[in-house]
Amino acid sequence: MTREDIRTAVLEGLSNIAPETDPTSIGDAADLREALDIDSMDFLNFVIALHKRLQVAIPEVDYPKLLTIGGAVDYLDAKLA
Amino acid sequence: MPWDSIHKQEAHTGTAPNLRDYATVCAGFSWEAARRALDGLPDGGLNIAHEAIDRHVAHGRGAHPALRWLGKAGARHDFTYADLKRLTDRFANALRTLGVAKGDRVFGLMGRLPELYIAALGTLKNGSVFSPLFSAFGPEPIRSRMELGDAKALVTTEALYRKKVMAWRHELPKLTHVLLVECNEAALPEGTLSLAQAMAAASETFAIEPTRPDDMALLHFTSGTTGRPKGAVHVHEAVVGHAVTGRLALDIHPEDRVWCTADPGWVTGMSYGIIAPLTNGATLIVDEAEFDAERWYGTLQNELVTVWYTAPTAIRMMMKIGTEIIRKYDLSRLRFLASVGEPLNPEAVVWSQQAFGRPFHDNWWQTETGGIMIANFASMDIKPGSMGRPIPGIEAAIVERKPEGVAVVEKPMAMGELALKPGWPSMFRGYLHEDERYKKCFVGGWYLTGDLAMRDADGYFWFVGRADDVIKSSGHLIGPFEVESALMEHPAVAEAGVIGKPDPMAGEIVKAFVALKGGYAPSEDLRKELLGHARKRLGPAVAPKEIDFRANLPKTRSGKIMRRLLKARELGLPEGDLSTLESDER
Repeated sequence: MTREDIRTAVLEGLSNIAPETDPTSIGDAADLREALDIDSMDFLNFVIALHKRLQVAIPEVDYPKLLTIGGAVDYLDAKLA
Repeated sequence: MPWDSIHKQEAHTGTAPNLRDYATVCAGFSWEAARRALDGLPDGGLNIAHEAIDRHVAHGRGAHPALRWLGKAGARHDFTYADLKRLTDRFANALRTLGVAKGDRVFGLMGRLPELYIAALGTLKNGSVFSPLFSAFGPEPIRSRMELGDAKALVTTEALYRKKVMAWRHELPKLTHVLLVECNEAALPEGTLSLAQAMAAASETFAIEPTRPDDMALLHFTSGTTGRPKGAVHVHEAVVGHAVTGRLALDIHPEDRVWCTADPGWVTGMSYGIIAPLTNGATLIVDEAEFDAERWYGTLQNELVTVWYTAPTAIRMMMKIGTEIIRKYDLSRLRFLASVGEPLNPEAVVWSQQAFGRPFHDNWWQTETGGIMIANFASMDIKPGSMGRPIPGIEAAIVERKPEGVAVVEKPMAMGELALKPGWPSMFRGYLHEDERYKKCFVGGWYLTGDLAMRDADGYFWFVGRADDVIKSSGHLIGPFEVESALMEHPAVAEAGVIGKPDPMAGEIVKAFVALKGGYAPSEDLRKELLGHARKRLGPAVAPKEIDFRANLPKTRSGKIMRRLLKARELGLPEGDLSTLESDER
């Protein structure tokens, strides 16, 4: 899976949770919770959906690494490598 | 009982609990004496902000830290009691200059910024009424609450104003002033003021408005099963309850550093994230950032937090992450842990004992009660899963509604509605503009809470569930009607029914069932469109997390959607009495 595929999965995951937003319009370093009005339950669902879709184990302690688009792509890319 | 009690031993060192023996304190307690323990205003009046701030300055504790604020990005600001006095005096002067008077409603809409704390307490000094709004509300919940509450002034950030208020601001004729923080003073939106500028121009001494104990002070919105949100009216006398419950239920001592993680947009963050700790002369720790377990443990350690008041959803998330990471932190200063918002499951109580070396103390109250009513106390054995016993001065009972009133249920562990004997100081004094709705809460000399509970033979109370359809998600009450109304505004929606679906983290999540109008067909795209529609209007705290399509929703003869039936079917539970069902689900 390429880095672009991972990015697509992250962006689609976000627009499933917050369809009223355009995740491509926010920067890679923006805090998703603020930029997309995502609460802690939304974020949990976002991470669980990524886990299911990409078949990557994401331990809870790593969740904060996925709080930005850039962070999520880096983290998943490293895990899938 | 499947869970063993957690026994408390008398500590021989360290801080002795404020409530050493439950029975003794209850026997000697009176609200009159608690009131006398406060100073009151020089003329005999009572003002929450005076008891919270000015009183300590007058008693020579002006240099004591009142508030330590931690910014998202690592900033840190300290405010002493004398600082808070000056700043809230300035804020009150700024309000008065603008013509905001006693009884006028001032709304606050922002994250946990220092200005929120200053605005809340400064508003009270001016004799005006403060009404906090949760910053994660969308435009509709904000607007409906400000309309119902006759907002005269709003204190918010420029970003929140532009995103959630500006579009409809002029449709609220009573809203005369908008004060902005975190704003670009060179290019303010039309009709707004910079709070910093207004405060800079104001004097820093202020004579507190001589409020009486029964003058309105706070307006907290909560949700019912039907109709619009309800504005629960609280008065300045509530501070007597905040002082007592902070001292007895949260065991706050003047040298404590208290971290209440609740946002002041909700009643817990106002009563126990501001008023109770300050009234008891302690130091508030405020973190602007959202939940992040490692950050939280760092805050507990670095800020030497001694009293920590948080919520089951956060505790369950920490539990999931596990205890290993907790061992990296020195949390030895933590003395008292408490939880509120929804019942804390016994597993989490037992886990906390093992994870932190001390258990979480669950307690129970609601927006209407203004303060903690039933609690697990520092000196009292905990039965995991129980909300504890009533606060001294509070009479609680389990009752059954009867055609002619209510009957008290004396039998241990019999289920009924939790009821409280009216008359405690922080009791709500009305739902704003809705006298009938208020009166209906009191039957046969009891305030009926709408919560179903049981009491055991030792006097401990156990939560069972809500008596109505109100949803409790992450500790917040959500009215299904508010969510259904927003969904109905979408052109594709013919009917909507909203329920609380049990969730291991949040307690319940908001789930919507939707039937479409002719010409629309269910699809994944439409589901997302409806979700986005609801989120845009309601914000993430209120909008549904799940939406399912139905061809028809179950209804009574009068056309009322049977949420109870939707919920029973969602959960696979017995469907109960179907005699009123006229049109069934498809």
